[in-house]
Amino acid sequence: MTPLRTTLAAGAALLALSAGASAQTLIYCSEGSPEGFDPALYTAGTTFDASSRQVYNRLVEFERGTTETIPGLAESWEVSEDGTQYTFKLREGVQFHSNDQFTPSRDFNADDVIFSFDRQGNEENPYNGYSGGTWEYFNAMSMPDLIESIEKVDDYTVRFNLTRPEAPFIANMAMDFASILSKEYADQMQEAGTPEMLNQAPIGTGPFSFVGYQKDAVIRYAANEDFFRGAPEIDNLVFAITPDASVRYQKLQAGECHVMPYPNPADLDAMEQDENVNLMSKEGLNVGYLAYNTQVEPFDQVEVRKALNMAIDKQAIIDVVFQGAGTAAKNPIPPTIWSYNDDIEDDPYDPEAAQQMLEEAGVTDLSMEIWAMPVQRPYNPNARRMAELLQEDFAQVGVDVEIVSYEWGEYLERSKAEDREGAVLLGWTGDNGDPDNFLAVLLGCDSVGGSNRAQWCHEPFDELIQEAKTVADQEERAELYKEAQVVFKEQAPWATIAHSVVFEPVRPEVENYKIDPFGGHIFYGVGLSE
Amino acid sequence: MLRFVLSRLLTFVPTFFGVTLVSFAFIRLLPGDPITLLAGERGISQERYDELAAQLGFDQPLWMQYFDYLAGIFQGDLGVSFVTKRPVLDEFMALFPATLELSICAITLAVLIGIPAGVIAAVNRGKFFDQALMTTALIGYSMPIFWWALLLIIVFSSGLGWTPVSGRMSLMFFIEGPTGFMTIDALLSGQEGAFKSAVSHLILPTIVLATIPLAIIARQTRSAMLEVLGEDYVRTARAKGLAPLRVNGFHALRNALIPVVTVIGLSVGTLLAGAILTETIFSWPGIGKWMVDSIFRRDYQAVQGGLLIIAVIVMIVNLTVDILYGAINPKIRNR
Repeated sequence: MTPLRTTLAAGAALLALSAGASAQTLIYCSEGSPEGFDPALYTAGTTFDASSRQVYNRLVEFERGTTETIPGLAESWEVSEDGTQYTFKLREGVQFHSNDQFTPSRDFNADDVIFSFDRQGNEENPYNGYSGGTWEYFNAMSMPDLIESIEKVDDYTVRFNLTRPEAPFIANMAMDFASILSKEYADQMQEAGTPEMLNQAPIGTGPFSFVGYQKDAVIRYAANEDFFRGAPEIDNLVFAITPDASVRYQKLQAGECHVMPYPNPADLDAMEQDENVNLMSKEGLNVGYLAYNTQVEPFDQVEVRKALNMAIDKQAIIDVVFQGAGTAAKNPIPPTIWSYNDDIEDDPYDPEAAQQMLEEAGVTDLSMEIWAMPVQRPYNPNARRMAELLQEDFAQVGVDVEIVSYEWGEYLERSKAEDREGAVLLGWTGDNGDPDNFLAVLLGCDSVGGSNRAQWCHEPFDELIQEAKTVADQEERAELYKEAQVVFKEQAPWATIAHSVVFEPVRPEVENYKIDPFGGHIFYGVGLSE
Repeated sequence: MLRFVLSRLLTFVPTFFGVTLVSFAFIRLLPGDPITLLAGERGISQERYDELAAQLGFDQPLWMQYFDYLAGIFQGDLGVSFVTKRPVLDEFMALFPATLELSICAITLAVLIGIPAGVIAAVNRGKFFDQALMTTALIGYSMPIFWWALLLIIVFSSGLGWTPVSGRMSLMFFIEGPTGFMTIDALLSGQEGAFKSAVSHLILPTIVLATIPLAIIARQTRSAMLEVLGEDYVRTARAKGLAPLRVNGFHALRNALIPVVTVIGLSVGTLLAGAILTETIFSWPGIGKWMVDSIFRRDYQAVQGGLLIIAVIVMIVNLTVDILYGAINPKIRNR
């Protein structure tokens, strides 16, 4: 069948389904179009929502609504004594979806796991270069350096040999790029000369099977009745692509969709009053910060950094910049991440004490630069405004601030320089919910001159996070990270400013929807009341 | 006439090369490059950056990249989108019918209302109808499209429930091809209610997109008519005792239409520009939204390819208008 006929036939089947009295269709007004359906090729959340989060599974998965890892396609796993061998026991009897061109002849097994990773790292693999693949996440998470080899022990056992102990590896295996694809499907498409079908008509093991995509308009999925965790409660899932936030809200009100992401902050008040809308919220997996350059005078002095932190009126920033859609941050990791140290007390807002501390440190007539990002991010919806508020706050303690900005690419590049002048506004959104993904990436000694914008290399802190990487036991790791957060607070390389709050309006008939801390939108386990 | 057409065609050539150069340069002049933007806060190592740049051909000197691009165009190859990794031409053609369908509806609406309104206003010059109409046209012309579209949605979709909020088709139907025009495909599909759904989805975006061209056409028709109505031959026709409708509608309007045709031709560019906003608000899967996304992602190939195709379309429309103009106005043809 041609692709056209396929979609027509699938559409007809869907229509027949939705005509049945009991068939339930959940409509999600998504904010944009997916770039494709092979999650390892891309980095955008919109693409992951449309692919990995509905169609695929991973060896390890995040429990819905949390950052905790639970078994996925792997039933269990063992870590060798030295922490360099991860052996996964795979789930048996799991079936891949079928479509008009493909019906699986065997269950999911170790070959699929090996294929899914091999294509990303092995240039010999025929799928390495397909669809212009650059495997950004696989590279960004340092998989090429980390994975030495992947062995098939037997059909249902796979072993990853790592070059070094790396406790966050399990969380990495739950990320979107680690989704498991069908090797059988890939081989068939390769033979048919249409390898790009892997990216256009995805076949996975997940709760929903892909039915069809009309570019920039609609994506359709059908429930996978054979899903290994049990069939989804809804029968059909539809993504109605709706780029404008106000229009999404109108559609939600009119009952043309059940769930919408990214509401306009200006609409939040109305949504709270609206009886057609149940406004859900949760802290985002991110942090917005102001990074001093700890290698440049006078910011190399802890007292100066502490004093400036005490001069910041965070509540004003939350009210003005976030319009309420944020919470003040006291730690460098968000509260949704395990090991978040809630015992830490934030620096008090006390301009007078701050000024005195500066004087005691011998700093008078200080003038500095604050860098304002040129883009909007959840962790900083308006960096210019934030910089202006900081400018006012710092003026209160006698510090003169000049606000500077560059084009985004330039900004990211220049702020990496170790001899950079000024403090930089930036932030981070977590990839895998592991504290290492914040603390090591943003504050570790290895990242100085790179993603460590504070250029801060503090040995007591670095030792803690390096040790935590080699420990497999999560509770033990959590203790180390909690201690690291105490060191961070004492040393104050950043002013931690805010974590965003994610709002998701859903219709009242939507049951059991949970906001994903990673910013994804997951519809398995969600139901619709009559 | 042949010489006229040929001379017009000749001007096509330098314009075409100009467009390729401008579209090539435009996106590269914007600060920021696609690789750094893709990596974002996560950052990218120099090594990896160089590898990707080489893969995408960014390591070549600019003139080389330009000539590769030109060579591609003559082989009908506009390159591959950096983001979706699919051929730019395929991406464009998949979305273009949606924009075309909307634009045709909008220009039809603008002509059907704009020309009669302009004629009536001219004939009733200075009277209430004329003033009311010209005020309305001025408002229409200066209306912010975003605000206007949202207002219509709030009143007619959410409030009265007469039209759907956005999209091209009810989610009940799954219609794809063969023409890409949803109304025609809906009819061909034979599915009950599909055509009605397609039309109801077209109403609001058509009104929004037609608003500005409608105002321009109405004003242009009015002033052209006023000019013609003062001509001797119109007075002669009146003096012969012809019915006013025949004088205004036949003798005067036919001549007044000459400048109006040009304006309609020129408004194709306006329509494509207006489509960007209209499509974004109404979630209309056309090329306007695609171009905006591509610019933000610094998707060089998609932006330059898209710009080139749009420019060629506008050029062809203008050429057609020029030729038409020559056909209805012998003065131009013989110059």
